[in-house]
Amino acid sequence: MDKLPKWADVALIPLINLILALIVSGLVVALIGQDPFEALAIMVNGAVGSTYGWGYTLFYATNFIFTGLAVAIAFHARLFNIGGEGQAQLGSLGVALVCLMVPWPHWLIALPVAILGGGLFGAAWAAIPAYLQATRGSHIVITTIMFNFIASALLVYLLVSALKAPGMAPESARFVEGSHLPTAREVLGAIGIDFARTPMNVSFIVALLACWGLWLLLWRTRLGYEIRAFGHSDKAAVYAGINPVRITMITMLISGALAGLMAINAVMGEQERLLQDNVLGAGFVGIAVALMGRSHPVGVFIAAVLFGALYQGGAELEFETSIPREMIVVIQALVILFTGALDGMVRSPLEKAFLRFRRQPDKPGVPAE
Amino acid sequence: MTTMKTLLGAVAASALAAGAAMAEPGLIIDLGGKFDKSFNESAYNGAQRWVEDNDGADYLETELASEAQREQTMRRMADRGANPVVVLGFANGSTLEQVAPDYPETNFVIVDMVVDQPNVQSIVFAEHQGSYLVGMMAAMASETGTVSFVGGMDVPLIRKFACGYAQGAKAANPDVEVIANMTGTTPAAWNDPVKGGELTRSQISQGSDVVFAAAGGTGVGVLQAAADEGELAIGVDSNQNYLHPGNMLTSMVKRVDNAVYDAFTAAAEGELQTGIVVKDLSNDGVGVAMDEFNEDLVTEEMMAAVEEARAAIVSGELEVHDYTSDDSCPALTF
Repeated sequence: MDKLPKWADVALIPLINLILALIVSGLVVALIGQDPFEALAIMVNGAVGSTYGWGYTLFYATNFIFTGLAVAIAFHARLFNIGGEGQAQLGSLGVALVCLMVPWPHWLIALPVAILGGGLFGAAWAAIPAYLQATRGSHIVITTIMFNFIASALLVYLLVSALKAPGMAPESARFVEGSHLPTAREVLGAIGIDFARTPMNVSFIVALLACWGLWLLLWRTRLGYEIRAFGHSDKAAVYAGINPVRITMITMLISGALAGLMAINAVMGEQERLLQDNVLGAGFVGIAVALMGRSHPVGVFIAAVLFGALYQGGAELEFETSIPREMIVVIQALVILFTGALDGMVRSPLEKAFLRFRRQPDKPGVPAE
Repeated sequence: MTTMKTLLGAVAASALAAGAAMAEPGLIIDLGGKFDKSFNESAYNGAQRWVEDNDGADYLETELASEAQREQTMRRMADRGANPVVVLGFANGSTLEQVAPDYPETNFVIVDMVVDQPNVQSIVFAEHQGSYLVGMMAAMASETGTVSFVGGMDVPLIRKFACGYAQGAKAANPDVEVIANMTGTTPAAWNDPVKGGELTRSQISQGSDVVFAAAGGTGVGVLQAAADEGELAIGVDSNQNYLHPGNMLTSMVKRVDNAVYDAFTAAAEGELQTGIVVKDLSNDGVGVAMDEFNEDLVTEEMMAAVEEARAAIVSGELEVHDYTSDDSCPALTF
């Protein structure tokens, strides 16, 4: 029997973690002489108080959904892919090449090819660490994080040489008009809803489809079963006839492809040209999102929206108050720390509390231990 | 009646002031940090000076977090009603090109880059002229006959500094050798003092005894390394002479602070001119920093030569080649 009821596992623990993080953040804000309640109000209002806030929150959330799903599927096979950052950078390269190579007539044609390009490049970047893990036993945590640096250096190299647009800044040329993805403002404006100008675009729908697709894959297909079985016990999986090399490779390829898909939102949907550090740390936030979302697509979605709100609210906070930018990063880091790393701190007391609560009806009169 | 008039006048004046205060100017500090002791800090100081000179005036300020957030930051500034929005550095060029047309009511000011939009003021500096003057001083102060240059990111703008410097050095001493190195090819090169210091030590080991840094935050490491080795250094953008008294020959000041101050002042009076504004030696947009920290290092002879060259440049008699005009330099090969 599980120690915790399901609702406590998926909702109560993340909620307590979040509240703890907010309390500590509030203390930090109070320490630097600002009003924590006012800061919280600005953050919440900035993130979800207007269509402008929602637009940016969901734009960031789209990035985090992709990278969160990438980490989540790897977790199911008990692989820790912390290379989302590098895979997303390569994905951005793939998307940029697709958008730059062909004079696209319409986004409906450009988007599927861009998805393919971003996914393939992301998957290819994950393939080498996956192969080394599967056949040589080189630990994937080490290899994927090393590949982040290689990806970043590769992108810089390309941006100052082959892909550089005329001018002084290291950036590629602008994508053609035909590859412009409709923004939420344009889509909702067409049906008469007024929405602020934000970079949120149709990639959000692709992200939702990816959540649903991953759920189908993990819980409704034979491959998903094999991935989960391998994650629970690799020895049992091998005994059952599951090929570990194949599962490691396939899982990591899907993971890398999902991370690479982030680029259709950030690069194709917003920046519309290839820039340096276009991933904005989403690859690492994806780890926190997957942890907080318990590696379930629905959980990943909710956690991604929360982190999107945190990013957008944090940006507003910096703009509205004199709280320095570094402080905003501290607040975001505290949330990641409490929801990701310090999970056990809340979990074990809560498990004890639930066990005690359950035992009492069976043995009345026995004092709690 | 007179009292009434005065009162009405006061009310009208305060209403006007309120109207002006609503459109606060905005300043976006670029990558490299607010206190880089150089480019960004100069802009920040200009904004602060404007606040001091206009009691109770305020402005919106934010610091850029990453290359990819330029557009969001710029739009947010404009959405908040900041007018004008001042952005620093050439890297904002292509973003501003896209953003400016969406906010026809807002004026933008961009430093170091020309953006051809009806609501944009583009401020460019004649860095080659100021660099020419410090190049002359460097060659005259050098005992080894070798002077050097450390640039930030390898872009035409920084080559323009290096080219002016080399021309000045060769004008003062035709036999001088000029070594030029760039820190990197990406914006990270603006904030890499460690690498700046390494380049400086390498140049000193090649015989250089005067180093000119045009590298934003990286320059801090260059000046430190030169001071540690007991050689002379030349600062850039802000007056950096105070950093290492006794080792700072001078600084090539680029009055970004004046540019920001002037833009804020003009906008408050409703007189901001769009189009290209050139700040050069003739309007003190660039120049050579002289103060109590470097007076012992600068000889009468140097001062006379610099004054003469400055007058010749201002009058048009002497023309310093601008690297960005044809992407080549007669005095230096990169």
